[in-house]
Amino acid sequence: MFRIKVSDRDRVTPIQSLVTNLLSLLAALVAVGVIFMVCGVNPFFAISKIFMGSFGSMYGFKETITKAIPLVLIGGGLTLAFRAKFWNIGAEGQLLMGAIFGAWVGLTWGDSLPSFVIVPLMFAAGFLGGALCGLVPAFLKIKFAINEVISTLMLNYICAEFLTLLIVGPWKGKTRFGFPGTDNLPDGAILGVISGSRIHYATLVLALISVVILTIIVYRSRFGYEVRVIGENPEAGRYAGIDFFKTSMVIMLISGGLAGFAGVGEVAGIHHYLGYPASISSGYGFTAIIVAWLAKLNPIYAIVSGVFFAGILVGGDAIQMSLGLPAATVQIVNGTLLVFLIMGDFFIKNKVTIQRSAVVDS
Amino acid sequence: MKDISKSFQGVFANQGINLQIKSGEILGLLGENGAGKTTLMNILYGLYQPDGGEILINGKPVKITSPTESITHGIGMVHQHFMLIENHSVIENIALGYKHTPFFFPKIRIRDQVVAFSEKFNFSIDPTKKVWQLSAGEQQRVEIIKALLNGADLLILDEPTSVLTPQEIEELFRILKDMKAQGHMVILISHKLDEIMDVCDRVTVLQKGKIVGHADTKGMNKQSLARMMIGRDVLFKVHREKIPRGKKVLGVEKLNVLGDKGLSCVKDISFDIHANEIFGVAGVAGNGQRELAEAITGIRRVSSGRVFSQGVDITNLSPRRIYDSGVSHVPEERIKFGIAPGLYLYDNAILKQHHLKKFSKKMFLEYDRIKKHTNDLVADYRVATPSIDVEIKNLSGGNIQKLIVGREICEGPPLLVASHPTYGLDVGATEYLREQLLKRRKEGGAVLLFSEDLEEIFELCDRIAVIFQGEFTGILNSADDKRASDIGLMMAGSLRF
Repeated sequence: MFRIKVSDRDRVTPIQSLVTNLLSLLAALVAVGVIFMVCGVNPFFAISKIFMGSFGSMYGFKETITKAIPLVLIGGGLTLAFRAKFWNIGAEGQLLMGAIFGAWVGLTWGDSLPSFVIVPLMFAAGFLGGALCGLVPAFLKIKFAINEVISTLMLNYICAEFLTLLIVGPWKGKTRFGFPGTDNLPDGAILGVISGSRIHYATLVLALISVVILTIIVYRSRFGYEVRVIGENPEAGRYAGIDFFKTSMVIMLISGGLAGFAGVGEVAGIHHYLGYPASISSGYGFTAIIVAWLAKLNPIYAIVSGVFFAGILVGGDAIQMSLGLPAATVQIVNGTLLVFLIMGDFFIKNKVTIQRSAVVDS
Repeated sequence: MKDISKSFQGVFANQGINLQIKSGEILGLLGENGAGKTTLMNILYGLYQPDGGEILINGKPVKITSPTESITHGIGMVHQHFMLIENHSVIENIALGYKHTPFFFPKIRIRDQVVAFSEKFNFSIDPTKKVWQLSAGEQQRVEIIKALLNGADLLILDEPTSVLTPQEIEELFRILKDMKAQGHMVILISHKLDEIMDVCDRVTVLQKGKIVGHADTKGMNKQSLARMMIGRDVLFKVHREKIPRGKKVLGVEKLNVLGDKGLSCVKDISFDIHANEIFGVAGVAGNGQRELAEAITGIRRVSSGRVFSQGVDITNLSPRRIYDSGVSHVPEERIKFGIAPGLYLYDNAILKQHHLKKFSKKMFLEYDRIKKHTNDLVADYRVATPSIDVEIKNLSGGNIQKLIVGREICEGPPLLVASHPTYGLDVGATEYLREQLLKRRKEGGAVLLFSEDLEEIFELCDRIAVIFQGEFTGILNSADDKRASDIGLMMAGSLRF
């Protein structure tokens, strides 16, 4: 008889951690390959197509960076929330609310104010929008013990429907010929792009600065210390005299606010007007959950994991077009990767040995 | 049970235990915390396998490898924490895990059985109620019915009275006596002397995993039982220098605190602690010590009464402001409350002080100073660790505790609240930590020490309060007080001053 024995690992070296992650990634790709095979597609071809489509061509790479912008912003913010074990599943709604606030500022004052004033104003408004949307569940959690998973998740729908209400109702643009959607933002409110791409550099710079600052906050500031203590052991946090209300509110202010930034970037950098929720975001708020997790809740790593997942999104589009696979394929790839990486965590935390057990006579 | 032994990581929890029980008998199993009572019963119930020895039922050796098997041998157990599903009804809970649950109309037929049982043992229970609507006593009765319906002849009760009110305890004992009259056997695990005297026919006393005495309760009184449990008449070893006590540091006035379940756990307690004094609170676990410590340090709300630190009212202030007022705290469960396990040693070294000016300039932590401070702490308090750059969960319990005590003492707080500071530590670490407390006393600090270890209490404390069911049954003035020999009775609540 063989017995599988699971015991705690005392120490984990960075090398062990890296190797385990790479192995789980490999295992995930094998699993994805099996799925492709079931779909009747050569798995090697499909997987190489994903990576060629996203990183192998200049066009693909630019698209990857474009999609990485919101993922890095939101994913970075989520690392902070998740570190405190605040399960913010509402980044999608926070992004949309940021988009709404930003677009409102842009549509209202975009004509009358110069660009260098209006753009920062839009980002500030977007941050505020996303933050407000994040503060509500934080308040409900601390004051009334309402589970934040439910409240943040449900707020996604509220925000999405609110946006729809605006674009089919009061904000419907005169230039849209009766179709839902606002008018285009004035030229001064539209973000510049790197020529020949859709990379809105203002948001890109903002994203990079944000995660760098966030990393410093997490590892060097008093607030970051308190977040880490709460996440490790809330009882110790209470014992240490950490104010849960204040800390949770600030966490969600930042996490929601960064999602709001991403919303402004999408509206002012890509679409230039507010349309249906699904067209504004394409699920960045949810994909960013995986990004934060893959970054091991370290904000700076969100840059790497954000670009990686943006690549999978872009590569997914590529195989959709060239191999005629359904859009859901990309989501299957995403989900499979996440499941395998989380399973990999188990092997990092625990040591698994298989031993021959002594025969017990009964 | 014959020659039962069991060790965990080289420490004997049970060693050469022989135990017998006859039908129609109630056996008491008495001992301090960690004496091995629960381990022994878990072996009998099949949760653990003994390292040595055998279990005989009706003279035949049996091997019990799981609770399911123990049930087929007629052994049932009611755990200290009930294993019931709160959102389900009594019937549903009984049906779950009951081997004779009928396939058709299970609810009606089990209800009839429950009603029959409650008549047989003459107690009332509404089988259609949901478990969360029941009181602790009623929930316990559900557990008992569950065990009896499964055909248990021998019922093991682990600390059955710890969650019950006095009336419920009386009711439970009546049921147990009825069961006895009908030929059932009961093993009652307890560390409360009067309960054992009340219901048990025989008592077995465990100490550090070994049996130190068997007796018929008829020939015993509480005093002789207490002597058996503690292992000797209380000894006094005083290494303490005589120091006149200083000014008042902590004042507690008519303090009332609620426990986790909303029951009153600290009732109208008043006392003072002065500088150069160690004030001990002795008592059996679960009599309000934890709630009292948490209320003073701000982790738990005070429902009425006042707490003063050096004359300043600190009642219901936040834990941080209470710390800043000069009250530090070595918490009861060090891993659960005292540290953030996945953070580094130096992160944990400033858990309570990270907001102080010397460790953080405005928003940012000064890691250079923090690491220097941690190195000093590690050296001063002899924390054995490869470096300060390790996650603290990799340290042994004793070293974690040394760091916590060092952290709480290093600022020289006027008052240190220490809950079971040496619990589960080896002799060396224990001695070292006790010396630190005495040193604190000499330096002009006050210590509020909660401990179940009477030896520790007598060795360290200037005054000793005995707590029972949330009340002080007396405050003894210094360990050489004549009444000290009555401490066992005071702990059992049957003697008050």
